[in-house]
This record gives sequence, C-alpha cells and structure tokens, in this order.
Amino acid sequence: MSKYKMHVLVCGGTGCHASESDQLLEDLKTIVTEKGLDSEVQVIATGCFGFCEKGPIVKIMPDNTFYTQVTPADAREIVDEHLIKGRKINRLLYVDPENQEHIADSKHMGFYKKQLRIALRNCGFIDPENIDEYISRDGYEALAKCLTEMTPQQVIDEMKKSGLRGRGGGGFSTGLKWEITSKSVSDVKYVVCNADEGDPGAFMDRSILEGDPHSVIEAMAICGYCIGSSIGLVYIRAEYPLAIDRLKTAIAQAREYGLLGNNVLDTGFSFDLELRYGAGAFVCGEETALIHSMEGLRGEPTVKPPFPSVSGYYGKPTNVNNVETFANVPVIINKGADWFASIGSENSKGTKVFALAGKINNVGLIEVPMGTTLREVIYEIGGGIKDGKKFKAVQTGGPSGGCLTEKHLDSPIDYDNLIAAGSMMGSGGMIVMDEDDCMVSIAKFYLDFTVEESCGKCAPCRIGNKRLYEILDKLTQGKGTREDIDSLRNLSYVIKDTALCGLGQTSPNPVLSTIENFWDEYLEHVDEKKCRSGQCKALLQYIIEPENCVGCTACARNCPVNAISGERKGVHIIDQATCIKCGACLEKCKFNAVFIK
Amino acid sequence: MATIKLSANKLDELKAVCKSFNNEKGELINVLHKAQGIFGYLPAEVQEVIAKELNISVAHVYGVVTFYSFFTMLPKGEFPISICLGTACYVRGAEKVIDEFKRLLHVNVGETTPDGKFSVACLRCVGACGLAPVVLVGDKVYGRVSPEGVKDIVAEYAK
Repeated sequence: MSKYKMHVLVCGGTGCHASESDQLLEDLKTIVTEKGLDSEVQVIATGCFGFCEKGPIVKIMPDNTFYTQVTPADAREIVDEHLIKGRKINRLLYVDPENQEHIADSKHMGFYKKQLRIALRNCGFIDPENIDEYISRDGYEALAKCLTEMTPQQVIDEMKKSGLRGRGGGGFSTGLKWEITSKSVSDVKYVVCNADEGDPGAFMDRSILEGDPHSVIEAMAICGYCIGSSIGLVYIRAEYPLAIDRLKTAIAQAREYGLLGNNVLDTGFSFDLELRYGAGAFVCGEETALIHSMEGLRGEPTVKPPFPSVSGYYGKPTNVNNVETFANVPVIINKGADWFASIGSENSKGTKVFALAGKINNVGLIEVPMGTTLREVIYEIGGGIKDGKKFKAVQTGGPSGGCLTEKHLDSPIDYDNLIAAGSMMGSGGMIVMDEDDCMVSIAKFYLDFTVEESCGKCAPCRIGNKRLYEILDKLTQGKGTREDIDSLRNLSYVIKDTALCGLGQTSPNPVLSTIENFWDEYLEHVDEKKCRSGQCKALLQYIIEPENCVGCTACARNCPVNAISGERKGVHIIDQATCIKCGACLEKCKFNAVFIK
Repeated sequence: MATIKLSANKLDELKAVCKSFNNEKGELINVLHKAQGIFGYLPAEVQEVIAKELNISVAHVYGVVTFYSFFTMLPKGEFPISICLGTACYVRGAEKVIDEFKRLLHVNVGETTPDGKFSVACLRCVGACGLAPVVLVGDKVYGRVSPEGVKDIVAEYAK
C-alpha cells in the first residue's frame, strides 16, 4: 500500500451500491488513469462506512476528507480539484445540521464522535477483496498467536474472561459455548457461522461480510482450533449475493496464503471452510433450525437439549456463532481480554453494532460501547427525528423485541436492561418511530411477519400468533373491544410459555410492549374508534367543511365510489357508509374544504 | 397444474447439477438453488426429477420448496418487481407504494401481469435501509420511492 501517495476509498456496501457507487468507482479509476495518476493514487471499493443516509460515501486518505452523496457526475471534479490541486470540494462535504458548518473530517461528525468500532474496525478502511490489506491491519495475527503460543484451553479462558456474549440475540457467553463444544467427545466437530440475517431492518452481518470477510474466517479458524474441529460452515442468505462473492474471494485467498486448508501456518492444524445457502426463512436464525436447513431439510427447530454443542450437524458437536460475534474474536486475542472487558457495562462487555433506521436523520450502521443510552444513539449519533417530528418509540430486537419509549431513553443499552424494559437486544435492529406511527399497527406489522415466518411445527406459534394478528386487525378496523385487549394479553403469555423455539417464545413481545407502553392508544382504538396518527384507514373520516366548500364538484367527480353528493355551487357531503377512504377528494380539493378527522 | 414439457437440454442440465452434488439428499437446498437458476422457478415436474435423482420422495422436495420463501413454484414476470417490507421501509410508507403498484398493474402481490411482463412480490429487507422505502426491479435498486414515483418506474420498463 505504501507506494501510493493518496487513496480514494469508495463505499461498496449494498446501500451505496444501490446508488450507483460502482459506476462512480469505475469513473474515478478511468479519470485517474487518464490523468496519469494511477501510480500515485489508488482507487478502491471498501465495505460499508455506516453512514448510509448520506451515501454514496467517498473518503480520501491521508487527509481524511469525507465526501457525502457523491454521484458519478462528481468524479471528474474530485480528481481535478482534490487529487490534483489539493482543494477540498465544499459542496460535497457533510453539513452539520446544527450550525450549517461544512465538516471535512469524519472524526468531527456527530454521527461518528460517539462510536467505537471494534467489529466494524476494517469496514470502510480496507479493500475487502484484498487479503494483504487485512493482514496489514494485524489480520491473521491472532490466529498465528493462538496456534503457536496458546493452548486451546488458554484461548477459551481468554474468551471467557473477555465477557463476549453472543451477538445474534441470545447473549450466551461465547467462551462458555466454545468450552462445552470442546469437551464434547467426537471424531468430527463443526464450526458454524450463522449469517442468516433475517431480522427485517438489520444489516450488520451483511456489512461485516461485505466489508471485512477475513475477520470472520480468522475467527472461525480460531474457534476450530479451540473446539477441535477442522471444518467450518458459513450459513448465508442467498439474498446476499455481494456478501457471498466477497466471502468466496476471501476464502480462496486465505487458502492460497496457507491460512486455511491442511497444515495451517505449518502448525499441523487443519481447517477449511464451506458455504451453505439459506433460502429465506427467518426461523433459520434459530440454531437447531439452521442446522436442519444445512442438512437439506425444512428449517424446523427441535427441542433443546440436546444443544448443538453436544449434538448438532448430522448429530456431531457443532458450535454456532453469529457473524458479529466472530468479528470480535481476533481483536480480543490481539489486544487481550482485559482490554475488551474494560469496555461496556457490568454484564455486557464490548460494543454492539446497531442498524439504525426508520424516522431518523442519520440512517446507518453504528457501533457503540454497551451501556450507551438510547438518547445518545438517537439524538447525538442519529441526529434526531426526521423532519423535526416528535419521537414516539424505538423498536429494538426486531420481531422478537419490543417498543421502548421516552421514559427508556436514558437507560443504558445492554442485554439485561433491554430485557428488563420488555424488549431485547436481538441482532441489533433499531427502528425509530415518530408521532405519525400507530403502535397498534406496528404490533400488527410484526405479527404479520411472525405469522408468515412461523414454521408451523408447534401449535402455540402456528395458531396463537395467527389469532393475535386477527385480534390486532380487528382493533385497527375499529371493531375491537376491551375484552379483546385482555385476550391479546392472555394469549401472549400462553405463547411465551409454551412455544417450542425462540421465535415463538418472543413473538408476542411487540404486542405486550406496545400494550404496556401505549395503553392509551389501544384504548382509543377500542373506546373511541380513533387512531391518533391516522394510520388506521378504517378509523378515519373524510369530512367536508361547509364553510370552505364552494361547490366546484371536483371531489364528487373524482370519487371512485360516488360517495359524495351535492349541487353545483352548493355544499357537498361525503356519505361515510360508502366512503372507501381513498383520499382522492382531499387531493383534488383546491379550497382546503376536505379534512381528515 | 398443466403438465409442462421440460426441454431435454435443460433436463440434462438439471441431472448434471444433481450429479455434481453426488446425488446426495443433504444437498437438496443447493440443488434447488441451481435448479431455480436454470428454470427461473420450480414447477412440479422439476421437483419430480430432483426427487428421483436424489432418491427421496416428491413430498420431501415439495415440503422444502414451499418452506423457503426464496423458492417459487410460479414463473416470475420478465421484470420482477419486489417491494421491501422490512421495518425501516414499512415505517417510511412501503405499504402505499405496494398499493400503487397493485393499482397501476392490476395485479395482487404474488401475481404476474397477463402479458408476462411484470410480477409483484414483497421481500423482507435488502439491507439498504438508508434508502427506504426500497423497490427492486430485477437486480436494480430504486431508493426513496414515493407512491407518485411508481408510475415512472413502471414506465421505464413498459416500453
């Protein structure tokens, strides 16, 4: 890398890719070559920078200039002005929404100030398709250290001491899991990486695999060394083609360097990796279901115990960890368990990656120390609520989590606090909602997801969630009663207690947490047949204000169901029984006479 | 379902795929991925061939095909439209975008237009939440789609 004077890093993550960052990369390369700069300037695609809201991102090193929302049309100016003349292009810099100042260096941006990137340490810094760049940032040093200086038990002890817990949602101690698998006696054992990120609104695993695939490969090899396994399997969603490509490239490079395969680094340890493709089933995030899916079966979970650590893939001991968990491992070995354990809160060590999305100014991928408060995440990193609206709730943990409100904003985020608040860490989706969101509809949205994704094996999940959905639907139609809310609650507890796997046991969380935190809204839907945010169509009424109506007949002519009557130049009336609430009248009225109640 | 005659060429290709996985029943999902790549979808006839090659019951194959949302037994349109219904897209108005596609193309979610041009489907999170709501036409991603913008997307392909 050292022969280049300047590096142009173009984000090649999925979000930026979707905004033509590949074209931008090509254009930059072409222009750099055209100007004869290709021996001095290196243009590469990196993994996700995290600041997806402002993508595509281009970063110029070594002066650390951070350009946002760059289009292919800007390529020439970047080369001419910045690379050749050394002048920063003001209009492409990030503008601080508070004081309208242009900020060139990402370190001074609110979005990055509070972040601490461990799992994402290489995302946006290195070319994920070049193993040398990973190695130059201490890559594979941890593996070498484990194989040559430490016994498997020493590595396990270090992991236990670090306090690292599973980042896929469960929060089980990683070191302990490795220890249990290492003690299972068998001729063959497996290391499995769970990259089946099914939580809608979460994309951290994908970003790690796209931006830093070697960190996962290295960690899986370390895990293999600890538990006595020579085969690793990555179970990855087929919907992630870019991540699959990068992972394949990385595996091939690691083999070429003797970091995978027989006799790794001449130590006598052998380890290799294979990919297994998921085919779109949320329940396959559950480890027993995932294992069945890898065996070519329907991804249905089975009762634990036996845990996969004892009997997993084809009945052999199998250690399943999530992508983000693995990404933390090499750093822990390199910097030591004490360093890692010094970050975070009492029982949750290290950092957590969150996919911050929804009604928030700075959508993106963030990584913060455990114990950071929701307020810091939403207001300082996330830049507050979009369009100056009022914060209403934040949903964590996806379909298994709950909605937290204003009163939770100052509690520190960690595994235990989130559970105490009625939600959970989950894989790290964090969706922010504002005053325009109806919480009954949100609960219904999640139940719709669960009903669709339930594997159908156990009755509480298959039938119970369907009934929950139906009751919520009844509420949003304005046909609910107070008894319905009681039924929702009772049924939720029954499902939690009796469902077979984690998906079913947590599926009522969105219902329970919204009932708990937004009781008023539920009552309004039931007692007053009113939806304060106007999301429940059936509860809306379109009304014509007689004082403003001039009788132009525009609304009546555009009504698809002829629900509006009235004489020309006379006041019009909407027949509520016929109205389908399409909103055409509101759109067509030029006199502000139509309004929603 | 009407019997579909599978072309001999593609049939051989399918059998070769099964063979490349050693006709191993544990490789069923990998075989199905490849088969959907060849045929575009997985009609009953394809499933029967796979069952025979891997020496498992057709019910087993059918059970797996219908379990996973990635596999489809219906052919998709020439331009498959997928609307993301992940939470981030949902709270930013994806439902209204779906309604607009349904209205413009006169199809329901999961259906294909009679001319075979467009099919409409929902998917859960493509991981581009910064661009919510997101619509995919084939592999092309459209970000920050508003109901008003739907007609422009359709027009791009309707020519």
